[in-house]
Amino acid sequence: MKPILKIQDLVVEYRTHEFGQKVKLAVNRLSLEVFPGEIFGFLGPNGAGKTTTMNVLLGFVPASRGAAYIFNVNVREPIARQRIGYLPELTYYYKFLTAEELLRFYARIFRIPAAEADRRIDEVLKLVELDAVRKRPIKTYSKGMQQRVGLAQALINNPDLLILDEPTSGLDPIGRMKVRQIIQRLKSQGKTVFFSSHELGEVETVCDRVAILHQGELRAMGRVSDLEEKYKCNLEQAFLKVVGYEPGL
Amino acid sequence: MNNALAIASVVVKELYRRKDFYVLFVLTALITLLMGSLNFFNDDKIVRYLKEICLLLIWISALTIAVGTTARQIPAERENRTIFPLLAKPISRGQLVAGKFLGCWLACGLVLIVFYLFFGVISASREHQWAAASYFQALWLHWWMLAVVVAMALLGSVVFAAPSSNATICLVVILGILLMGRHLNQVALQLAEPMNTVVYAIYFALPHLELFDVRDLVVHNWDPINWLVCGGATLYAAAYAVFFLFATWLVFRRQPLA
Repeated sequence: MKPILKIQDLVVEYRTHEFGQKVKLAVNRLSLEVFPGEIFGFLGPNGAGKTTTMNVLLGFVPASRGAAYIFNVNVREPIARQRIGYLPELTYYYKFLTAEELLRFYARIFRIPAAEADRRIDEVLKLVELDAVRKRPIKTYSKGMQQRVGLAQALINNPDLLILDEPTSGLDPIGRMKVRQIIQRLKSQGKTVFFSSHELGEVETVCDRVAILHQGELRAMGRVSDLEEKYKCNLEQAFLKVVGYEPGL
Repeated sequence: MNNALAIASVVVKELYRRKDFYVLFVLTALITLLMGSLNFFNDDKIVRYLKEICLLLIWISALTIAVGTTARQIPAERENRTIFPLLAKPISRGQLVAGKFLGCWLACGLVLIVFYLFFGVISASREHQWAAASYFQALWLHWWMLAVVVAMALLGSVVFAAPSSNATICLVVILGILLMGRHLNQVALQLAEPMNTVVYAIYFALPHLELFDVRDLVVHNWDPINWLVCGGATLYAAAYAVFFLFATWLVFRRQPLA
């Protein structure tokens, strides 16, 4: 089976303005593959390089070395993003637009025909349960509702690959449950989901495979059950062992 | 083009859903109507002063809207992080720059139409005549001057981090060009080398925005200028706008967003 997402020897360096330190290594020789229909968890403590890797995948940050491909297209090409949906960690959208206008704007960028766009807008707004407030400006939405608008925009083009950066960050338990349900529903539709999260219980529930990143390097990768078996503990404890955290220190 | 137009439509929506334009229009209208209600020394030519003041207010308002709206576009996208879901779509940074430019420039065009219609109604009610060709040329050249201003402010928005500093620098440069631009060659003549060459180089390099100021046509009801000259000025503005947009793209295309 051909991977839908492929990262090869990816290196990302940042120039820092700190005295005596010119280059900071954010990601170091990362290689991984994600296959169609998989839910892939991308884990790591803060500053591990997860968001930087996603930023490279989305073309926000150039790779210093190595390459990344989505659907066999180098991520430097805008067309690589035609069949993906992306939900950023902190979602803010144009406050002066309504959810419906926002989705119509993004649908236009994907060149979705008007009738098809109307159908997709109805569908995704129902899926994220924002159908009743679709005509209200986004500035009147709660944080959870804004996160769901984010999910709706990520789904507007019926993507084959979803890249979600901490999709449940800052949500209350009900909001988290709803997002989790949506991810599981997408899985049942055969979609591929690549997502980062700090919620290891959630990752354990929904992910087929995970990769654990620490200080920019890939420390572990495999099926959740395989990692649990290898480290003889649950995912949370395995994660702590992989990143070298010792309780009590 | 589709992507640029989609972004432009959002920029135009933002303009008419914000208060800036309405505040400036109401202020211009109030000041003009107040001035129009006064009658100094029973002077029947006083309507020219009224027209001059109204046009000056329109110029100030249009510049404020053009620079203010453009300067915040890309920095606001970054600050609110809306640039991330946007650029995660199949859209290039060049299309984003083109869309922002088109949106701001079209929004300025709509603003000018509203202002000039108001101006036309006020002056026609006093003078009982309407030099349509002169009005059109004044509006047309004003709009093309704003194309240069918008492109310049867009370049500033990818160079300077804060929209306020960009807007201030842009306004100072634009006012400097409008007030001093046509005199720079005379200043250069009085200077010794190498300053003479430097000032001359600036004189020839900067966009002469004052060329687009044909307010006197409508104030004094003069005949319209030669249409070829008008066309030449349009091309001149288009060339500068394209230059600034190209520079914006060059700076923005490799800028890390995160």
